[in-house]
Amino acid sequence: MSILINKDTKVITQGITGKTGQFHTEKCVEYANGKNCFVAGVNPKKAGETFLDIPIFGTVKEASAQTGATVSVIYVPPAGAAGAIWEAVEADLDLVICVTEGIPVRDMLEVRNKMKAKEAAGGKKTLLLGPNCPGLITPEEIKIGIMPGHIHRKGRIGVVSRSGTLTYEAVAQLTEIGLGQSSAVGIGGDPINGLKHIDVMQAFNDDPDTDAVIMIGEIGGPDEAEAALWCKANMKKPVVGFIAGVTAPAGKRMGHAGALISGGADTAEAKLAVMEECGFKVTRNPSEMGRLLKSIL
Amino acid sequence: MKIHEYQAKEILRKYGVVTPRGIPCFSVDEAVKAAAELGGSIWVVKAQIHAGGRGKGGGVKLARSADEVRKLASEILGMQLVTHQTGPLGQKVRRLLIEEGADIRKEYYVAALTDRASQKVAMMASSEGGMDIEEVAHNTPEKIVKVFVDPAAGLTDAQATELAKGIGVPDASIAKAVDTFKRLYTCYMETDASLAEINPLILEGNGNIKALDAKFNFDANALYRHPEIVAYRDLDEEDPAEIEASKFDLAYISLDGNIGCLVNGAGLAMATMDTIKLFGAEPANFLDVGGGATTEKVTEAFKIMLKNSAVKGILVNIFGGIMRCDTIANGVVTAAREVQLKVPLVVRMKGTNEDLGKKILVESGLPIISADTMAEAAQKIVAAVQ
Repeated sequence: MSILINKDTKVITQGITGKTGQFHTEKCVEYANGKNCFVAGVNPKKAGETFLDIPIFGTVKEASAQTGATVSVIYVPPAGAAGAIWEAVEADLDLVICVTEGIPVRDMLEVRNKMKAKEAAGGKKTLLLGPNCPGLITPEEIKIGIMPGHIHRKGRIGVVSRSGTLTYEAVAQLTEIGLGQSSAVGIGGDPINGLKHIDVMQAFNDDPDTDAVIMIGEIGGPDEAEAALWCKANMKKPVVGFIAGVTAPAGKRMGHAGALISGGADTAEAKLAVMEECGFKVTRNPSEMGRLLKSIL
Repeated sequence: MKIHEYQAKEILRKYGVVTPRGIPCFSVDEAVKAAAELGGSIWVVKAQIHAGGRGKGGGVKLARSADEVRKLASEILGMQLVTHQTGPLGQKVRRLLIEEGADIRKEYYVAALTDRASQKVAMMASSEGGMDIEEVAHNTPEKIVKVFVDPAAGLTDAQATELAKGIGVPDASIAKAVDTFKRLYTCYMETDASLAEINPLILEGNGNIKALDAKFNFDANALYRHPEIVAYRDLDEEDPAEIEASKFDLAYISLDGNIGCLVNGAGLAMATMDTIKLFGAEPANFLDVGGGATTEKVTEAFKIMLKNSAVKGILVNIFGGIMRCDTIANGVVTAAREVQLKVPLVVRMKGTNEDLGKKILVESGLPIISADTMAEAAQKIVAAVQ
């Protein structure tokens, strides 16, 4: 078991023919059961062609109908990425993973509100992971996204983070001390996104094959505090927490569009305090995330 | 991206929001001429810098004659204006806005911004105009009224009226306030702003509603579709190191410490800075080289960090995922040679081809200190600079 995806997941790649799409599709196909998982690509201008023997369709809807795929991953450039998300939602997929970085916030606002309106009207709910995220991986089964597969090991620890390289850091620490991962999820560094920490924590809580979780956050926004409060009331598993950005000045965008201190409540110290109060084992030393988790198992 | 007040008002006027008449000026003579052109008997001389708190810092003054305009303009132009947002050195004033006076009956606050939690546009208004809104939010949160707007529906009349009534706009001026709020919302959306703030928004003696001061920030991701806004960029208001870094697609932010850091990924970069602090020193910068840490990018990053004379040591922390550690090691060695690095350098590399990367560093013959973890790297660089 794992969360969101496993070895039987069938995936459509939107933007499969671009440079980034090609590069990462190849890595994903090579990883574990990838060859059987990545079943379709989408490019309206290249329908009928193939890439790495993967058939390319004109639309997500057609790709899904022909292959039975229920998940898509998006590498489409920023100007067209929100449109690509909406196409996947309209095709009633279960999960859309948007890797693309640099999507205008207004485009994300519009597509998120359209998604919610569709659900409210009784339409199928499609989960969105990202944008500006590394994707997610269930080690030794399937990897969807741009993370380096080889640092992961199959196991029972969940990892969730906004940042790509900080997720890899946590995963590598776990693998080094002999703790594998059930799933590792990068929710992305943008201010308007799909799945949040709280959603992923709920999924890890419900997953019988996850024993404990490392939750990594950043400055900016209310998400980590919300997740911590939910965990205080509901989480049955131990959680190690870290928040990056203790040294970040207010009012400056620290790389990620979402990593921006805008008030008193979204500083690293404020978030760490809430997490601690909610029963997380927090550390201020990011090199200690793995060992701290091992100590509470 | 930030712009000046006079530019913000140009945008607001384009969307039909009423502002005082005003003319931007770059010299004292221009300021005097502008006052004559505006006419009247009272003018406001306003320093144009990208920071708030200009009034308190002495950058906004009232003039009652042409001579006074000349005197104030010559005082303010060229001054180092210090506000709570500029830092202790302040910002040099290079532009002025000369504006006609206004008949202020009451000051309000209104702003549009994106609310992360609800994923809607928040329109926020307050009866406490002219004050720092964060103070109002802290001391008297009940004096802030908010509505959340679904972009598909836009700001409705009902919502705009709720705001206007909520902040106590008199009945006779409600329609004008509603109109202003709706125009501000449209302007916020169409320009891809991340903040559009009018503070104060004033009620005049004749019942008119006017934007007396305005501040905009724009979403950097959307600038590609707004060349007219990019044209407003004032490089004098930005950190030269940050401008230089952006040319090479490096995310760089100057800080006050003495340890330069070069990291891939925003989250890991912040974590590295935090680790330096944890072990008793302060980072000199945030620097994310991104996914493609090429030799050229690493070299430019070194040059930018070393332009800061406060830098006494450099910490490189790279998680080699798709990018291999040997490639990065070659980049670091080449960069260190090219800039003839004189300060201690600690390199921590993890991930793909880690051992090969470390070997390249050792065999380079350069005095590079190697570390296995972020904590070890931070301890080593802190020790090296002390």
